[in-house]
Amino acid sequence: MGVVCFDVKKLVYVYLVRYAEEQQDLALLSISTFQRGLKDPNQLIRASALRVLSSIRVTIIVPIMMLAIKEAASDMSPYVRKTAAHAIPKLYSLDPEQKDQLIEVIEKLLADKTTLVAGSVVMAFEEVCPERIDLIHKNYRKLCNLLIDVEEWGQVVIINMLTRYARTQFLNPNINESLLEEGNTEGKTFYPSDEEEDEDEDEKEKEEKKAEAMAKRKPYVMDPDHRLLLRNTKPLLQSRNAAVVMAVAQLYFHLAPKAEVGVIAKALVRLLRSHSEVQFVVLQNVATMTIKRRGMFEPYLKSFYIRSTDPTQIKILKLEVLTNLANESNISTILREFQTYIKSMDKDFVAATIQAIGRCATNIGEVRDTCLNGLVQLLSNRDELVVAESVVVIKKLLQMQPEKHSDIIKHMAKLIDNIQVPMARASILWLIGEYCEHVPKIAPDVLRKMAKSFTNEEDIVKLQILNLAAKLYLTNSKQTKLLTQYVLNLAKYDQNYDIRDRARFIRQLIVPTEKSGALSKYAKKLFLALKPAPVLESPFKDRDHFQLGSLSHLLNAKAGGYQELPEWPESAPDPSVRNVEVPEWSKCSAREKRKEKKVDKPFYSDSDGESGPTESADSESNSGSGSDSGSASDVSASASESEESEEGSESDEEEDKDEPKHNKKKLQDMKKPTHNTESEQSSEEEKKPQRKPKTRKMSESESESEESDSESSESESDESDSEPEIRKKKKVDPKASKPVKKEAKKESKKEMSLLDLDDFEPAPSPQVTPVNFMSSSLVTDLEGLSLSDDVLAPATISPSSSMKSFELLHRITGEGLSVEYCFSRQPFSPDANMVSVQLHFTNNSSSDVSALHVEDAKLQSGMRVKEFPEIEALAAGDTTTAVMGIDFCDSTQAANFQLCTNSKKFLVSIQPPVGELMRPVFMTENEFKKEQGQLMGMNEITEKLTLDSHCRNEHAIVQRVTTAANLSRVPCGADHECRFAARTVTGNSLVLVTVAIKQEAAQVTVNCDKMLIGTMLVKEILQALAQ
Amino acid sequence: MVDAEQSDLCRAHIVAAEMIHSLFLINNTGDIFLEKHWKSVISRSTPHHYLISVYRGKLFLLSVIQSEVPPLFVIEFLHRVADTIQDYFGECTENVIKDNVVIVYELLEEMLDNGFPLATESNVLKEMIRPPNILRSVVNTLTGSSNVGDTLPTGQLSNVPWRRVGVKYTNNEAYFDVIEEIDAIIDKSGTTVFAEIQGVIEACVRLSGMPDLTLSFMNPRLLDDVSFHPCVRFKRWEAEHVLSFIPPDGNFNLMTYHVNSQNLVAIPVYVKQNISFFDSGSCGRLDITIGPKQTMGKTVECLSVTIPMPKTVLNANLTATHGSYTFDLATKVLIWDIGKLNPQKLPNLKGTLSIQSGVPKPEENPSLSIGLKIQQLAISGLKVNRLDMYGEKYKPFKGVKYLTKAGKFLVRT
Repeated sequence: MGVVCFDVKKLVYVYLVRYAEEQQDLALLSISTFQRGLKDPNQLIRASALRVLSSIRVTIIVPIMMLAIKEAASDMSPYVRKTAAHAIPKLYSLDPEQKDQLIEVIEKLLADKTTLVAGSVVMAFEEVCPERIDLIHKNYRKLCNLLIDVEEWGQVVIINMLTRYARTQFLNPNINESLLEEGNTEGKTFYPSDEEEDEDEDEKEKEEKKAEAMAKRKPYVMDPDHRLLLRNTKPLLQSRNAAVVMAVAQLYFHLAPKAEVGVIAKALVRLLRSHSEVQFVVLQNVATMTIKRRGMFEPYLKSFYIRSTDPTQIKILKLEVLTNLANESNISTILREFQTYIKSMDKDFVAATIQAIGRCATNIGEVRDTCLNGLVQLLSNRDELVVAESVVVIKKLLQMQPEKHSDIIKHMAKLIDNIQVPMARASILWLIGEYCEHVPKIAPDVLRKMAKSFTNEEDIVKLQILNLAAKLYLTNSKQTKLLTQYVLNLAKYDQNYDIRDRARFIRQLIVPTEKSGALSKYAKKLFLALKPAPVLESPFKDRDHFQLGSLSHLLNAKAGGYQELPEWPESAPDPSVRNVEVPEWSKCSAREKRKEKKVDKPFYSDSDGESGPTESADSESNSGSGSDSGSASDVSASASESEESEEGSESDEEEDKDEPKHNKKKLQDMKKPTHNTESEQSSEEEKKPQRKPKTRKMSESESESEESDSESSESESDESDSEPEIRKKKKVDPKASKPVKKEAKKESKKEMSLLDLDDFEPAPSPQVTPVNFMSSSLVTDLEGLSLSDDVLAPATISPSSSMKSFELLHRITGEGLSVEYCFSRQPFSPDANMVSVQLHFTNNSSSDVSALHVEDAKLQSGMRVKEFPEIEALAAGDTTTAVMGIDFCDSTQAANFQLCTNSKKFLVSIQPPVGELMRPVFMTENEFKKEQGQLMGMNEITEKLTLDSHCRNEHAIVQRVTTAANLSRVPCGADHECRFAARTVTGNSLVLVTVAIKQEAAQVTVNCDKMLIGTMLVKEILQALAQ
Repeated sequence: MVDAEQSDLCRAHIVAAEMIHSLFLINNTGDIFLEKHWKSVISRSTPHHYLISVYRGKLFLLSVIQSEVPPLFVIEFLHRVADTIQDYFGECTENVIKDNVVIVYELLEEMLDNGFPLATESNVLKEMIRPPNILRSVVNTLTGSSNVGDTLPTGQLSNVPWRRVGVKYTNNEAYFDVIEEIDAIIDKSGTTVFAEIQGVIEACVRLSGMPDLTLSFMNPRLLDDVSFHPCVRFKRWEAEHVLSFIPPDGNFNLMTYHVNSQNLVAIPVYVKQNISFFDSGSCGRLDITIGPKQTMGKTVECLSVTIPMPKTVLNANLTATHGSYTFDLATKVLIWDIGKLNPQKLPNLKGTLSIQSGVPKPEENPSLSIGLKIQQLAISGLKVNRLDMYGEKYKPFKGVKYLTKAGKFLVRT
């Protein structure tokens, strides 16, 4: 080991690790070298020594390894700690007795805050103690936040682990839907696109059930931690690594609310362009997903079209997916596509296609006859395999309605002379036997032919000949008695015992002798009982009880070490277990935005260079990693020092880094001198190194040596430090909170920020219609006055009784305080991108409630909340009203926040109906047509419905539509057509609605480039019209 | 059943045998020519293991796993191994691997630790194990020094794990190739059944220091679906649709994208084909003409048509007005290599096919795969607007190249 040459040394390591198990004594000689290496000042040498040492599979050195791992786990260098994490499973597989001690090490490493360690330690956790889910609680939020910066392989492991974790800790977000599913015998999904499939009666029934379930429904509020996980994994769908994409996809499939699962479809379809091995695995998973959630892959139908160059396995999987995706609306396209496949040279594939056609025919009643005719045509195909497969499928189809198709049965009877494939012959014979009453003349003749060739047939054919004979004997014994006896005699001496056995059994049953038992009376019932039609099912049905993306799912069998995906808990376990002592999640909602950005920031951050948790990409660009990594590898350097210097340099360089942004900032500064200092201060507060000691006290446990990564929590706690200050200011001057919010806005909408010179000015929105209560001009007028939050005071609001109000807080849960909210549909003047929500407080208790305010909003990324001014007091029995603004980012995700009184806090959530996410715009007919022309294709969603008698006039329709959604009517020349237009509040996307009426029928068309909004809106309007 | 019981028993004994256990490299003839074990040694006849393999360049990379692990994890890793070998030695073949077996072993040792991927970034690996080049191997044999880096790698430790530190070039240059492939299925009558564009931006960045690049497009909204190299800041893309990144050193795929609205996908050529087989007599006729359709005024180059013929076709007797054709008698693949497409004089291939007599005529007409290239054009219309560099003082040389290729471009007949 004294070799100097690094090259040779490495190869010696390789050799040593490979043969240590076989040559234990020799291997032991090397141990002391590694022990020395563990103390080396160079972190890389320490790591590599540990790596080799732990790879030597010799039981005697277990104590040495244990010691080395423990020491390395508290090493200064994250790289060495990572190596320690890797060593844990090695030691565990060598000596499982060490489990308890190893768990301690894992627990310690789980608390590590560096991305380098996270992946490896979770991997160790999964191997050693996957059942100790309790170890994750405290680290859950940290892992979620670090996830995006962990290397690819670690991401996969962490995501899979978190999926399991979430299943044990959170409630099923689809709880209400799954209730419905149970009641639905057909097991169809409730994805919007599926719904039309059912016949009208069904639909009504469903609606009723739905309504019932809605009534029963407990309000489901997603745990913010659950939301955090979904939010932080979503960007990883864009990863180049197929395994990461798949991991996120399965996480969404297993954990996300149904409406959100759709996002994974695009990413999965992307993977289909990868290597064929990847394609194979992805298609398997897609096939499973399409059974439960057909809707999400429907837009990508064409991506599953088969090319003649695809390998057979891929072809068959694609076929499976296409079959699963088939419904009334696309079946004709799919069948046309299948038509071309049937001509393929790949016969296995052709056979699979025929089966697929059969499945489409059984699933979709409308095309059954078409499919059947098509298949019958295939019977004249020259390829025997094709014919045989068709026969088998036709047999299954015919069973569904045999009486209609006796000509097909006749046709098939003729085929028996030509077809040689045993399965097909057997199928034909079975059909003739089963439906011999429909073909009374042909059946005996077929039996005659078969009797002739009996001895040369395959076993399955022989069994069916016996069957046919028995059935004919029972129905038409005059013609077939002799034939039957002949066949039975032949079978009696057959080589196959099954056939001999069957012959004996049938003879006893059907031929009356004096000895024959009681059963023979029932022979006819036994043989000619009505058989239920077979259900052609996808082989992928129910595969989703395996975690998607897992090996077990691929094999459809449990692989060793597979961790079962737990069922959702009935009631959520205590969410507070995930709280960490350090107040990581500060309470002030105004700052929420900024923090959120920071959480996501490390990697994909906007480069305005605030200190993010891990600083990976950005800090590099600013401070240059030369010095950084230098200090990291220099063990003697004090870590805290390097940390500070790094930060210093960062904030310095931030200034000259991003020129345009800098300018922008200047611009703002000039326009808004008073706010300027505020914002400077608040952004600087995070950077001030002297604030550090404060937080240090709070998190004493944090090792000083933690490098840049520990900043994440620190900067967060910095924020919470500064929080009270800001709140104080807010009370004095409501403007003070503005800069913060402003900053948030700048982040979310870059283009806007230049226009957005003053917070009080609503974003210029020429689309605002006269329909609005408060025209933009009025707002501008008011702007001159020192317009503070009191514009929102109840006085200016005319509470409209027609508005539908929703319960925010029930009086029992609110301990006397009840809150209802409704969407007032007025522009929210402080910020035009927000939806204004009117809250109606009632104090039902006997005591006063004071200091009502909003806190701790936990929102989807991009969402923002402008809380209502604090309500000082609400006397017992009193009611009051307040308005708050929420930017829902054009999604129907709920905004969760805490409603606080002086003594209590209530977690509440506001979920907007899709119709409230828009504001009406005025348009002329021509404009409307022009815009509509640009929003065709995928952006157009059309639904048909039947109108009730009482809402066939235009007036009723207009009223219902405008109640359902915040739309303004567009004049329309054509009769029997109503048009409406709006723009989404945040994204400003046009939403165009057309309702065309044809007597009873109506057709609702929505054009919107946000497909989700379009789809949901159509549903909403349908519901409104159908009421 | 028995199997299941056994594996239950086994599980009691084999604890913690996760992730990738061993790797075997198998050549086309089925011989194992290299094996590497990251845990205890596995014998070549292995019961109770799961095998996952990928096929790359006539090699099978087969990994052995003993328990649950996401299959894509393994597949992706195996492809990464093949990519790395290709990156190091130019190609991934049996001979190359045998010639460089020491380096391959070293690489495998670094890439996986106890079955869990350790360093898979090419930049990090190259710092630890230098790729061979002729000059160095001469110097090495003369001086007796080694291939393994003398300095310890820092990439693992840096916050930008994909980039080496201390990169220095005399010529600082950054090239981006926007390469688009058209995947399409055209049916018999010439209508497009399905068309989409797969794009990739391949970058070759040789810049000193720690440059921070920003690449913006004229029309980023074209892109339907994107995936990025880990270096790209996703939030910036979300917010502004620009690519902001610290590039790895050397060649890498910056992003891949996808344009799938069919009306946006221009089909550059049309194909008029008539392939028919006659019932009587053992022959068939073939007549193919190709013409330009939507080429945006550029020349179509490297045009070729590949037709896998039915097995009963014995030979082809054809004349081509442009280019030349070959018919492989063993695989029955007809390749017509046209070259440049001249819009004035359309290339045509015409003649007879002789078919094995006595067998029924082939039922299906074979489908044609088209190959083509169009230089200096991204068919989706995507345009790079500008490339800015922050963080370094020098002026880099920048270049963008566009190329359109046919991907899986299929004409059904």
